[in-house]
Amino acid sequence: MIAFALRRIASMIVVLFALSVIVFLIFFATPGIDPARQMAGRNATPETLAAIRSNFGLDRPLPVQYLTMMDRIVVKRDIESYSNRGVQVIPQIIAAAPVTFSLVFGAAVIWIFASISIGLLAASLRGTIWDPLLMGVSLIGVALPVFWLGEVANLVTQQRFHDTFLFSWVPPLGYVPLTEDPIGWFTHLVIPWLVLSVLFVGFYARVLRSDIVNSENEDYVRTARSKGISERRVLIRHQLRTSMITFVSLFGLDFAALVAGGALLVEVVFGLPGVGRLTYLSLAGLDLPVIMTTVLYGAFFIVVASAIVDILYAFLDPRTRTA
Amino acid sequence: MLSLVILLVIIIATLLAPVYASKIAKTDPFASNLSGTVVINGQTVPVIQPNPSGLGSTPIGPTWQAQYFLGADTQGRDVAARLLYGGRASLIVGVASALVACLIATIVGLLAGFSGGVVDATISRLLDIVWAFPIYLLAIALSTVLLVQGLSIGPIEVDPGSLWLPVIIIGFVFVPYVARPVRGEVLSVRRRDYVEAAIAQGARRRRLLFKEILPNVLPSVIVIFPLMIAACILTESALSFLSIGVQPPQASWGTIINDGQAQLYTRPMVSISAGLMIAVTILVLNILGDGVRDALDPRAKLRLRRRKRAQA
Repeated sequence: MIAFALRRIASMIVVLFALSVIVFLIFFATPGIDPARQMAGRNATPETLAAIRSNFGLDRPLPVQYLTMMDRIVVKRDIESYSNRGVQVIPQIIAAAPVTFSLVFGAAVIWIFASISIGLLAASLRGTIWDPLLMGVSLIGVALPVFWLGEVANLVTQQRFHDTFLFSWVPPLGYVPLTEDPIGWFTHLVIPWLVLSVLFVGFYARVLRSDIVNSENEDYVRTARSKGISERRVLIRHQLRTSMITFVSLFGLDFAALVAGGALLVEVVFGLPGVGRLTYLSLAGLDLPVIMTTVLYGAFFIVVASAIVDILYAFLDPRTRTA
Repeated sequence: MLSLVILLVIIIATLLAPVYASKIAKTDPFASNLSGTVVINGQTVPVIQPNPSGLGSTPIGPTWQAQYFLGADTQGRDVAARLLYGGRASLIVGVASALVACLIATIVGLLAGFSGGVVDATISRLLDIVWAFPIYLLAIALSTVLLVQGLSIGPIEVDPGSLWLPVIIIGFVFVPYVARPVRGEVLSVRRRDYVEAAIAQGARRRRLLFKEILPNVLPSVIVIFPLMIAACILTESALSFLSIGVQPPQASWGTIINDGQAQLYTRPMVSISAGLMIAVTILVLNILGDGVRDALDPRAKLRLRRRKRAQA
């Protein structure tokens, strides 16, 4: 177990290094790109350009530039936004992280429960009209662009039907920290949670249903049936349980990707001041230092999270340790 | 079948966009038309109407007739005409970037699976790393870098405003999603008897690659292709919504939703119509993708039949 954990951590460090090199290459060494002009934003003066060049060591060879960048972003954590001079990027990210986490966590709770219920229901109602109906609705859920769904949700809950009893409880767009006002936190986030989870409910329900249906011919299902176990128990204790393997590994990746910045479309539409919105706001001014830092930290988060998931997996299921 | 018809209707409609714009809407979908007028019920109505309060102005809503069918946007442009032109851009970017992704992925996957050894290990690790990147983060990083100064690799120059830029970015981002399955397929095809037989006959590497392996790997690429187009259109719309995809004056469904955000509460049809177009297109492509898979992979059907017999 310890050997596996060490091996996994070693490979994680290799991937982290490679990722940081790729981010570096994208921002500093894309052909035809002058990184100083990128970071200075539009209409920069020659003095600013010169200052950036010496600051990031852009006149030195590429490996030195890479080390300078990593030193500033990861070691010294001294990186400034160019459109809001004097604003440090890393404290901003740390302040925004709880918002993103609240959003993704709530959506994840909804999508786990809803997709397992729909997947199970569809699999157990196979042969009736309900199975294709549920799967069809799930397919529609997968096809809806999430930012558009958010806009429509806003239209309905903030304006068109806001004054009816249905949605009068929906507060204006924004965020309230959990520690300040738990009820406000909840009411501000319910609609974003639902909107964010729609795609995943649809996708996971379909994956789960097809895994359950595929397990129909497996030996352990036949064995369970021949032992006289009730259909419901076979479905839930045997078929669902093994079908959850794909579900769980998908979930780990998607959750990490959302926390690392994938939720930005929902954050933008609902005005939630999370990490994704931070990236979005810096997109308008092409504020490279902010974008570079959020991208790098987002990618790091995913790699570390997937290493932790793998190690937990190996702890739970010894068979995966040798893989 | 129905989905194929719907897809064809969407494609033909977007192809007819210039006809609609010049013959029916009679406005230029890319030029602002702030002082334009339209005739409704025999009355001439300005396209941009001043607000009763005297502050600002509101574009007209859907007229449900030939001109300004879906109303106007803040620039006084016909939303329906822009929707058709936007659909063009969305479909072109979607199909072209899916092609780019599948083409690069097939080459990379063949190379990795066929060469094995160090080449395979290096390519696989690289694919893993790009795959670990969240799509949007990678696309955002590439777009922000390329949007300022455009792309120039040797003789190839891509202008920052060009449609090719989102095509290249989105295509690149999705390469690992196709290359990984292709590589796996190559590895399994390589061990089949007919490949072994060809090797025993002394077939050259090139013959092996192009006559034996490639034709047997292509079906799995074709199965992925429609799903890839759907994913690429969705990504394009998201990037355009974030204003780093298709650049003005070009329009795509994503940029129209972005434009419509400002007037969401007064003229919601702008955003709603573009979003519906995306949703229908993606839905239809996904259904078609499933259909192609069933048609090209007879084993899937066989499995289904066996399952049905097991149930009976």
